Amino acid sequence: MKRSRFPLVVTVLVMLFFYLPVLVLVVNSFNRSRSSGPWTGFTLDWYVRLFGRRDIWEAFGNTLIIAVSASAASMLLGTLAAFALHRYRTRLQDAHYTMVYTPLVVPEILLGISLLLLFVALGVERNLTVLFIGHTTFCISYVTMVVLARLQDFDFAMVEAAQDLGAGPWTIARRVIIPLLAPGIFAGGLLAFTLSIDDYVISFFLSGPGTTTLPIKINAMIRRDAPALINALSSIMLCVTFLLVGLSQKLNKENRT
Amino acid sequence: MAFLEFQNISKTFDGIPAVDDASLEIRKGEIFSLLGPSGCGKTTLLRMCAGFERPNAGRIILNGTDITDLPPNERRVNTIFQSYALFPHLTIFENIAFGLRVARKPDVQVREEVEKMLQIMQLKGHEQKKPHQISGGQKQRVAIARALANKPEILLLDEPLAALDLKLRQRMLVELDAIHDEVGITFIMVTHDQTEAMGISDRIAVMNRGKIQQVGRPAEIYETPLTSFVAAFIGDTNFFVGQVAPAEDADYCTLRIEGFDPVLCFNDKKLQPGQTAYVSVRPEKFRIHTEVPEGHSRLNVLRGKVTDVIYEGGHTDYWVDGPGGYRISVTRSHQRFGLDEAPITWGADVWLSWHADDGYMLEQYREDDEGLLRLPSPADASLLTELPDES
Repeated sequence: MKRSRFPLVVTVLVMLFFYLPVLVLVVNSFNRSRSSGPWTGFTLDWYVRLFGRRDIWEAFGNTLIIAVSASAASMLLGTLAAFALHRYRTRLQDAHYTMVYTPLVVPEILLGISLLLLFVALGVERNLTVLFIGHTTFCISYVTMVVLARLQDFDFAMVEAAQDLGAGPWTIARRVIIPLLAPGIFAGGLLAFTLSIDDYVISFFLSGPGTTTLPIKINAMIRRDAPALINALSSIMLCVTFLLVGLSQKLNKENRT
Repeated sequence: MAFLEFQNISKTFDGIPAVDDASLEIRKGEIFSLLGPSGCGKTTLLRMCAGFERPNAGRIILNGTDITDLPPNERRVNTIFQSYALFPHLTIFENIAFGLRVARKPDVQVREEVEKMLQIMQLKGHEQKKPHQISGGQKQRVAIARALANKPEILLLDEPLAALDLKLRQRMLVELDAIHDEVGITFIMVTHDQTEAMGISDRIAVMNRGKIQQVGRPAEIYETPLTSFVAAFIGDTNFFVGQVAPAEDADYCTLRIEGFDPVLCFNDKKLQPGQTAYVSVRPEKFRIHTEVPEGHSRLNVLRGKVTDVIYEGGHTDYWVDGPGGYRISVTRSHQRFGLDEAPITWGADVWLSWHADDGYMLEQYREDDEGLLRLPSPADASLLTELPDES
């Protein structure tokens, strides 16, 4: 029997639909033309120029600081939240679950505005700490959900077994729970990291002078700078993101036997 | 003196009693089984012994020391979990070494102890594998090795064979017995499988609804059940109800059962005339005859009709409709070459006989314990008898 070509055609079309714009962007980052128009020759000039821009590096630094600290904080808090949600089935935890779940479905702009209003009401200056808090609020939800999913197939008899063999609470956490949940925690953390790195909406409301993040910076550059420069920057970010997502998926597959 | 003692233990979960005033004495070095249907409280009792649950009332005494309030990690008691609960991120070697590492034993000693365990459990060559790379039987042995490496005074086994298939279960049962002989410590096993418990245990406690029904050697439990629950749960039996009347011999009594000739029973409970009493007669205690058997003074005989025949090779199970509407389960073992015996088939008129000493009078009887018997329901029975008439 001849196999139908239909699935293959659909797959190719979907891939084109998703990745053609990205491909155009990456190709254009090597285009000599300033306006990303027709191909006028290969160059690495845009990448070289990119390295000379201090303001971009500053924004990149801010983004990195926020992403690392927010994902670290949410790994800790999200894991603890997941434990509470998994272990206790009370009304309070039902409410807790709703609170953790809501940021995943509420439009980000709402979260951004409400955070801004809160900080204005509190009279807090918009610095990196404010951005860190803002990013952590939505990152926690993602980590919690990933860790919670891992806890579903965690056999708590192992905790009892460790206790039975003489281990105290600290030893159990260090030698049994954390090693077994680490892939889940890291997968959640990486997800949080990638979300934080390219977050625009919340950063837009919470960033102030001197705390510009990369996505905000790129938006501003569209008006003033050569599109090709943005292409080069975006290509780099794309690579980093792909790398992290790949790593996150690999970690999530491990230990899942 | 008892090695491990449960004194009037009670435990409730959300107000529902799981264990109700249970007292037990377990001797040093024996294999003791807690046997009962699911939800009877046997696992709760075991978990209280391990320290995972605290009793609401009562004390647990191990070797003269009260361990009721000690946390699990301070008890010299180790558990084999039903799921084995091996650590999937550690090798077999590190799994077995876990307790020794926690106790901060020097490396040399850890290696020595683990090697010894690998030797005993025949796990040599698997020490660098992860738990998911070995078979079910091997996982079980790792779980045992991991527990024994801690040198416990008591090994607790929670349904140790439930996760294995039938053939492996029988082999592991023999292996467990061998391991017990080798290490010589006390084993306490929880199981719902009576063959498992009967096969390996020195003594058994039968539990139902949080209460201990009877404690004794397997043969005692089987032959002299105290309650209808024990009689019906361990093996199979037939219950007959009647009124006690005196017999010639003072050690016996006759039981007047509706539709039966007076039935002679060994009266070790000294039941008084006029009392309502129950007698349990196990299927294999009956003899089945195609002609009127030669009677003697202690032989009870009744007449019936075979309604079903289940040939099992080594023995045949018969369902016989007796007098008084009783449906009686009878087992006939084939000690002689089976084809030489006169076949007893469906619809045959037969006589059943049993010796007065082979029936056992019950101290306590509850109607709903009959639900445990594999008695076919009357509806099924009428279906069976009607079908051939139509053809």
